[in-house]
Amino acid sequence: MKRTALAVLLVALLAVAVLLGVRFGSVPLSTGEAVRALFGGGEATHRTIVLELRLPRVLLGVLVGGGLALAGATFQAILRNPLAEPYILGISGGASVGAVLVLTLGLAGSGSWVLPLAAFAGALVAIGLVFRVAIASGRSMDVRVLLLAGVVVGAFFSACIAFILSVSEARTIQSAVLWIMGSLAGTSWRDVALAAVYSLPAAAVLLTLARPLNALAIGEETAQYLGTDVERVKRIALAVAALLTAAGVAVAGVIGFVGLVVPHAIRLMVGSDHRVLLPLSFLAGAAFLTLADLLARLALAPTEIPIGVITAFVGVPFFLLLLRRSMTR
Amino acid sequence: MKIEGRGIRVRYPGAERLPLDGVDLDVPDGELYAVVGPNGSGKSTLLKALLGVVPLDSGTVTLDGRAMEDWSRAELARHVGVVAQSESVSFPMTVREMVGMGRYPHLGALQAEGPRDREAVDQALTQADVTDLDARDVTTLSGGELQRVRIARALAQEPRALLLDEPTSSLDVRHEMAILELLRGWADEGMTVLVVTHGLNLAARFADRVLLLSQGTVAAQGTPAQVFTAEVLEAVYRWPVAVHSDHLEGVPTIRALRAGEDGRPR
Repeated sequence: MKRTALAVLLVALLAVAVLLGVRFGSVPLSTGEAVRALFGGGEATHRTIVLELRLPRVLLGVLVGGGLALAGATFQAILRNPLAEPYILGISGGASVGAVLVLTLGLAGSGSWVLPLAAFAGALVAIGLVFRVAIASGRSMDVRVLLLAGVVVGAFFSACIAFILSVSEARTIQSAVLWIMGSLAGTSWRDVALAAVYSLPAAAVLLTLARPLNALAIGEETAQYLGTDVERVKRIALAVAALLTAAGVAVAGVIGFVGLVVPHAIRLMVGSDHRVLLPLSFLAGAAFLTLADLLARLALAPTEIPIGVITAFVGVPFFLLLLRRSMTR
Repeated sequence: MKIEGRGIRVRYPGAERLPLDGVDLDVPDGELYAVVGPNGSGKSTLLKALLGVVPLDSGTVTLDGRAMEDWSRAELARHVGVVAQSESVSFPMTVREMVGMGRYPHLGALQAEGPRDREAVDQALTQADVTDLDARDVTTLSGGELQRVRIARALAQEPRALLLDEPTSSLDVRHEMAILELLRGWADEGMTVLVVTHGLNLAARFADRVLLLSQGTVAAQGTPAQVFTAEVLEAVYRWPVAVHSDHLEGVPTIRALRAGEDGRPR
């Protein structure tokens, strides 16, 4: 598919997703009411619903979905592994331990501001641990060691979560499990601001590294011969992508498949040039998560389905289809 | 570009034997220079040491009289093109995109390719004879095609020196000869070409000068006729060989002997 055509399509899709996200919800509003409220008109209750409840939730979906897809594309390039995804370095495990711990100890309820902070701290511990191992093994960072360390650290955190939950009360277990499965419910403007302050600069940094990422994707030695400062690019890109993931997990829990499926889908459509792949992955991830959240809210309303379930239910068949089509082409 | 090495010593952490132990070499400007030697003699390590990819334990490397450490990676990439022994092509991209990566060292972080860059890519595609492949996905190329595409990418850097590590090791006779004819032609036009190879006869026929490595040290350096003597080769490769002068080209022809052929028991 032509790159510009896909870019235009994705921008349009994202706009539609955002509009649908503010239009539909548990309180029925007409399109006119929703649009009027969006631009500060209409009834006061409608304005509260649209501007204070739905819009921040939709925008958080845009930031987290875009961020996860961008981080996934970056990890796949640097680790030169198509199975890489944002959580591969144990970031989700670390964040989950942080969140589960404060929930179990009764330090925070599921809506508290302590929860994202604890999750972010847990993610940082995981990142620090994994990077420390990979850099200590030699003067340069070995991505194979990084990958293995990430998997092992992730397994360790899973065991920690199992242990903490095994000594917790049933109610705590339920809120912990729901947190781990990811949700955009109860998003406030504060969450959006938190996510934006980190995600947008991080996205900008990764976009400037698009060319070095192209070079790295074909191997570190050749990347050096093409003028890339490999160690610098690896460290900056991995750190930025890891923190981008951590910020997303902290505010929205562990939402799977966006970071794995979206970059592959874009790659199958327009190839692997990261100057195109990165921005289009951000747009597609943002639209995908916004639509998935809409489905999570509406499918079994008034009960909300965990958003990670939706991303897997929708993402996996779509990806398999795309994979099959690319094989028969 | 002149490449000089003095007393190059490389130590890998934890390994007892030094992969390179005091290698001197002089690659003159505009010559085809071949590095040969048995497996594990340090050929690839030497190439990486010349390019600063493996750190020197001691010794010096200068490129055009300037110490290698003083060249930034990007600056080096604007003057020296390298075709490494292998690379992973794990994600799909077109041949033109792959060759276009040779322009990266000439571009700023956010600078788009200009007409000058497209011209260089076109020229590189032509020179390496892969123009008709330009829209193909690199993951679908044959070994010989991929190798020429990788050479085209190095040419798109518009280098003054081209360094290649076993560029023809997986290729058939036709592709092997085609690539060496290309390299010879570029050397004749003034480019410095350094090629690491196992092909002793190829080195004898195409190279101006040969460096023979043995266990990390220089066993011989000079013209093919000076380096390729039966005595030297037998000692380095620990296998009996016969060396004749080719009556058409006047270069040494090396033949590894079969058991009993030299009259010595083994």
